[in-house]
Amino acid sequence: MNMPFYVAPEQVMKDRADYARKGIARGRAAVAVRFVDGIALVAENPSNTLRKISEIYDRIAFAGVGKYNEFDQLRVAGVRAADVKGYQYSRDDVDARSLANNYAQILGQIFTHEMKPLEVEILVAEVGQTADADQLFHILYDGTVLDERHYSVLGGDAEAIGGRLSESYVDAMGLADVLRAATRALAGTDRTLAADDLEVAVLARGNGRRCFRRLPDDVVATAMQG
Amino acid sequence: MSMPMFRPGDDPGSSFPDLLKRMGLAPEQQFGVDLAGEFSVPHATTCVALRYADGVVMAGDRRATSGNLISHRGMEKVVPADQHSGVAIAGAAGPAMEMIKLFQLQLEHYEKVEGASLSLEGKANQLGMMVRGNLPAAMQGMVVVPIFAGYDLLRDVGRLFDYDVTGGRYEEHDYVATGSGQLHAGTVIKIGWRPGLDRPAAVALACRSLWEAADADSATGGPDALRGIYPVVATVTTDGWERVADDELAGVFDTIVSEVRTR
Repeated sequence: MNMPFYVAPEQVMKDRADYARKGIARGRAAVAVRFVDGIALVAENPSNTLRKISEIYDRIAFAGVGKYNEFDQLRVAGVRAADVKGYQYSRDDVDARSLANNYAQILGQIFTHEMKPLEVEILVAEVGQTADADQLFHILYDGTVLDERHYSVLGGDAEAIGGRLSESYVDAMGLADVLRAATRALAGTDRTLAADDLEVAVLARGNGRRCFRRLPDDVVATAMQG
Repeated sequence: MSMPMFRPGDDPGSSFPDLLKRMGLAPEQQFGVDLAGEFSVPHATTCVALRYADGVVMAGDRRATSGNLISHRGMEKVVPADQHSGVAIAGAAGPAMEMIKLFQLQLEHYEKVEGASLSLEGKANQLGMMVRGNLPAAMQGMVVVPIFAGYDLLRDVGRLFDYDVTGGRYEEHDYVATGSGQLHAGTVIKIGWRPGLDRPAAVALACRSLWEAADADSATGGPDALRGIYPVVATVTTDGWERVADDELAGVFDTIVSEVRTR
């Protein structure tokens, strides 16, 4: 029987983290930014059918970057958990924090116990009844949960995008302003992004029970010009 | 609560009832006794739906009865199933409400998991399966017979479906009525229905049918001006589900009352 070589746990974790980060950095980024009516979610996504942003529940949305099949599996699990909880208890009992904790458990478990970590970063966003109650939970590939206040950036180039976003972010922006700020942050200085390179959705107060709404390309294009 | 995750090939997909079954949360359908004989369970009564120029009108009275007693005056038996369809229910109120709740959840669950809505036909078939699933309970007296109506966005037309206890699904062309006042309400619509009715005429006809059903059937409630309780009337068009406001219904029923007076 041959014994495996000893590898220090620090090294194992570092290798896994590097592997996950590399996988995530290959994809395009996504941002979620608070604005006057709620939360705007903008992802760089040339596909019109494979979504990075989607609805989880009445006031909760999901965004994922990295490997599509992996974050899509997490998205479906979130829809199921939310719908079952709402059925068992009440629609009011479904909240982003408990979903984020569940996601963190799953990602953390896989990161430490499986051969391959999930190459994803996800966001669980909840629009509150008032602006103060808006929540953004950003969950990393190893299960780390970050509770972010004004905006959240997912993806490889997060630091640079976050830097650009922090320059243009102000409280209670209008929809057109927030879309322009998010697009400029995603694009950087040497590129421009058109409406059909983007996937845009909002979680808006006053949209009725289901706050999630996708914005079609023409609406996004008009907002960005204005 | 942990997150429901399944292996590929062993996944309930976009079906919410299957998911509940897998998690051991599916509602119990067998009661073991003939409930209708043992207790008096609240029953919901008359509902109608008819086609008009822009889509469909659905209407239902508000009364639920237990035997000879009125158990609820304000029950809403006509509810939106999703944005472009509605469901109206007659029969045992408990299982009926549970069925509506599950049906609404299933449509929303499918839409979120798949990223697209079911077709109107798909929704109608889904409801048929749920009615069939209720058959064991129906054999014990808990009969639930819904009407399903909606606007078919693929064909650009309003469509109506009714069901029998076995889950048999029948598409109706002009109008449909269900519940204890079915015969009276159905007859009124049968006489008054014309192709391409406009919205006011269709709403008035639906109200008139419920009025006549309430007049002849003790289990059907009429408009209750004293308490301000009017039947639930809604239209489903290309713009979606829209409930007709009580003020408008009050006007419609005033007209009916004055017509009846002059008879």
